[in-house]
Amino acid sequence: MPKVTVDGVELEVPAGATVLQACELAGKEIPRFCYHERLSIAGNCRMCLVEVKPGPPKPQASCALPAAEGQEIRTDSEMVKKAREGVMEFLLINHPLDCPICDQGGECDLQDQSVAYGRGGSRYHEHKRAVTEKYMGPLIKTMMTRCIHCTRCVRFSEEIAGVDEIGALYRGESTQISTYLEQAAKHEMSANVIDLCPVGALTSRPYAFEARPWELKKTLGIDVSDAVGANIRIDSRGREVLRILPRVNDDVNEEWISDKARYMVDGLVKRRLDKPYLRRDGKLVAVSWNEAFQAIATLNPGNSIAAVAGDMLDCETMFAAKKLVGALGSSLLEGRQTGMDYDTSSLAAVNFNTTFSGLETADAILIVGSHVRWEAPLVNTRLRKAVKRGAKVFLIGPEWETTFGGEFLGEDLSVISNLPNHVWETIRDAKRPAIILGGAALGRGGLEAALSVGEQIGVVRELEDGTTWNGFNVLHMAAARMGGLMLGYAQKGGLADIVAAKPKVLLSLGADEVDYTKFADSMIVYIGHHGDKGAHAADVILPAAAYTEKAGTYVNTEGRVQWADKAVFAPGDAREDWSILRALADAFGVGLGFDSFEELRNAMIAEVPALGIEGLADYGSVLPAGGGSASGLIAYPVKDFYMTNPIARASATMQQCSAELLHGEEIAEAAE
Amino acid sequence: MALQDKDRIFTNVYGYQPWNLKEAQARGAWDGTKDIIAKGREAIIEEMKASGLRGRGGAGFPTGMKWSFMPKQPPVDQNGNPKPSFLVINADESEPGSCKDREIIRHDPHLLLEGALVAGFAMGARAAYIYIRGEYIREAETLFAARDEAYAAGLLGKNAAGSGYDFDVFIHRGAGAYICGEETAMIESLEGKKGQPRLKPPFPAGAGLYGCPTTVNNVESIAVAPTIMRRGASWFSSFGRDNNKGTKLFQISGHVNRPCVVEEEMSIPFSELIEKHCGGIRGGRDNLLAVIPGGSSVPLVPADQIWDAPMDFDGLRALGSGLGTAAVIVMDKSTDIVRAIARLSHFYKHESCGQCTPCREGTGWMWRVMERLRTGDAAVEEIDMLFQVTKQVEGHTICALGDAAAWPIQGLIRHFRPELERRIAEAGNVAEAAE
Repeated sequence: MPKVTVDGVELEVPAGATVLQACELAGKEIPRFCYHERLSIAGNCRMCLVEVKPGPPKPQASCALPAAEGQEIRTDSEMVKKAREGVMEFLLINHPLDCPICDQGGECDLQDQSVAYGRGGSRYHEHKRAVTEKYMGPLIKTMMTRCIHCTRCVRFSEEIAGVDEIGALYRGESTQISTYLEQAAKHEMSANVIDLCPVGALTSRPYAFEARPWELKKTLGIDVSDAVGANIRIDSRGREVLRILPRVNDDVNEEWISDKARYMVDGLVKRRLDKPYLRRDGKLVAVSWNEAFQAIATLNPGNSIAAVAGDMLDCETMFAAKKLVGALGSSLLEGRQTGMDYDTSSLAAVNFNTTFSGLETADAILIVGSHVRWEAPLVNTRLRKAVKRGAKVFLIGPEWETTFGGEFLGEDLSVISNLPNHVWETIRDAKRPAIILGGAALGRGGLEAALSVGEQIGVVRELEDGTTWNGFNVLHMAAARMGGLMLGYAQKGGLADIVAAKPKVLLSLGADEVDYTKFADSMIVYIGHHGDKGAHAADVILPAAAYTEKAGTYVNTEGRVQWADKAVFAPGDAREDWSILRALADAFGVGLGFDSFEELRNAMIAEVPALGIEGLADYGSVLPAGGGSASGLIAYPVKDFYMTNPIARASATMQQCSAELLHGEEIAEAAE
Repeated sequence: MALQDKDRIFTNVYGYQPWNLKEAQARGAWDGTKDIIAKGREAIIEEMKASGLRGRGGAGFPTGMKWSFMPKQPPVDQNGNPKPSFLVINADESEPGSCKDREIIRHDPHLLLEGALVAGFAMGARAAYIYIRGEYIREAETLFAARDEAYAAGLLGKNAAGSGYDFDVFIHRGAGAYICGEETAMIESLEGKKGQPRLKPPFPAGAGLYGCPTTVNNVESIAVAPTIMRRGASWFSSFGRDNNKGTKLFQISGHVNRPCVVEEEMSIPFSELIEKHCGGIRGGRDNLLAVIPGGSSVPLVPADQIWDAPMDFDGLRALGSGLGTAAVIVMDKSTDIVRAIARLSHFYKHESCGQCTPCREGTGWMWRVMERLRTGDAAVEEIDMLFQVTKQVEGHTICALGDAAAWPIQGLIRHFRPELERRIAEAGNVAEAAE
């Protein structure tokens, strides 16, 4: 714990801290461009210069200098002021003065810091540099003349994404940042460089010229595009969501989000269900809410009713539907739309037990049936971190391009029970072994076989420091999955049980992945927000709210309970899901026990107390024994990363990404 | 008293004799290398310290002390295996004006290879990497051939020179970037990356090439080491003033009657160096305008100050300049001094790696203003502004290239400001306000 003095104030800083961190601990703001907490230190912008004694009689880059015992650091001296002014001036001489037409305006580090630390005017009278345009794909808009060469984007793609896509060409003042051969950035996290870019060189292409940051209402939300539950900020103006940005949460998403989470927002205004529909003579016709309710009520299903939950639902909706189905005397609830029927009697066995941040510390990882890059890009970055710390990774399933190396062992589930010797020895002898089971490996005995391997290697164990390590992980793909399982959305036989029960009324809660041909005799009531597969099969459509249009509780694949706020109102006649179910109860003439969202939430928490506590739900660390053997070729369920849910499918941006980045279509750019 | 032939280290610097091993051995190279190594690491380093040799690459850091920074016990990697240490020899001689390493490599390569073994052993290095400038094509060919000779004769490789020490020499050719002569950029380049200087700390002696302890030395510093060991520290330190000991290869170019590379005693007065070896200034002493005494990176010194100055680190430092690599660029009164410095500014603008802001942006700015000052298309205030800009670059960058770009301009403004103002006045821009 070295003791340093910052501007005359003495303080102790943690061992290994840099001078910049020491200054921040002392409450001093240190301007910076290239330094970023989650990236390696480049020390190239020279904005964070401070005066340090003892040392050479010149200012030092505080981001790269270790704090040492007895240092006298000054951030307020004349030398520091001059150094900052000088660097600021250099950064600005070749930076265009196009702030009025720059999308970074209002949230630009260069703007802010030039106001705070720069000179009033410029002394530069030569020609400014211009840089030829670069193409970085459908998501990233470039204006490389604005680039200040901080190399944050380069370091992000190298270190976090693990894809060597962006680099610096040429040298000196001719240096240019570019993607390799000027191709589009193709990984799933590419758009994070937009947030990292401190200036307007890399901005958001779909959001270009849409709004200024100060016009936007900022709402805290949870992403539903996968089961990671990334913390997001929803920026909206009026009734429209304009963009989604990541929030910092070190446990979940650090400060990244996937491109899908960020850019499927334009799908929120396309193909929306904004009024109720009723199928008459085989055609869906728009009707009033009353007509729709009456049509359902007159069917008088009694207890012949079932509910199937979609992938993006909040817990409140699922709870309200559960109450409604229960009030009618039924308990037919299911959320695993594709028909999976793995055992859910122990939630610990279907949970991501290491947690995402814990996964980083694992030293041997066996991944079974999960295309992690597509199913949970943010977990992929954690895997990369684990490998950087020395973890060995083995994968079972068809090969995909990992960003962390790893050894593929085969495509058949049976490999779980017949691991090659070196793999077996590595995970057996590991201090912190972890198993990750993806959606493609849960069925056909995969879960039980993996549990059995887990038991043999002691995947749950006491560590030397006295904590319990539970390395058994299931990586789900649906944001609603863990919440649904906590609320009982699982039949023993899966969806097949619901099919066998032949319910008169099937409540489809945004369930777009169900094979509805099996429910030919049921009245399908679709409560959802997009005109997708579910709506096409529906007999009645009740328009509901998307994830940005309702408050809700979400449980991610770690069993982490998180709350989201409502950003905007649902369009047209659409209502929040819970209120639709509440009104439907009136139509059926049953009571649910709540009349407001607060009452609903309280009732839910009373029934499942874990949903009332933000953070990890405790499922215990006792895993069932498992056993048996699994077999069958693994096929990953996600065929197209950009098209996994109805919002993304409606999004023009995601469609373009899919066409251009995955299917290699040339997108003709409109000549502007 | 000038250096006598018997005291020259580089006895074949003009290539009057073949460079090959047999001839080199006849001149004294590889003589008793085994006995030198038998003295042990500590003894060699102590001898080097006692000799007072300061690094010949420009910065003048005491060589013996640099070697002593290398760890005595090798550090271990994350698996507990000891890391090797490396010696990197900087033969990327790209400083405008410098041409001494070239002469050593093409005419006396065995002195360098022997030095590599002695220095490598003294610092416990597993191998030496010689990073040779890409443009030195013939020189590289000679060096490769000399290395093969040394290997064939058992002087390098396993049990090098019968010393019982295993030592390899690798030769790596650069690709033409001046910045790769900076020690950490050289290490990056050797690793196959873009040649950009690293942040220090960590210093190369802690984590250098491939993360292993590394020392980077200039060719001349290494090549003189075996002779120092053979003839003793007291012999070497009998030349030159205190703190500036030894002999040195001076490279005199420009407006002298006979430009040359010559080994001379340190601290030799400028006048003696010129009169004795170069046949005097072109047009006589009165025709001398200014001298850049240590390669393009150091500030120029006007004629009246340089004439009697001792050519060593401290003597030139007292004049606000430096010895650098002892590449003496002599300019007589026919020189357009502003154009000369503007050309140097262009060189630094062209060679800046672009990594850190002050150098990337500042070198271009300085060059453009210099170009205008050359024609007088500027305002008088811009001279002061330019001086401030050089001060904003100097000392604010990762490596010393920023300083090297700033100093020549500072020297020009310090000594030739009237010339700059005269040009502005003649161009008729005095009254014109900067818009």
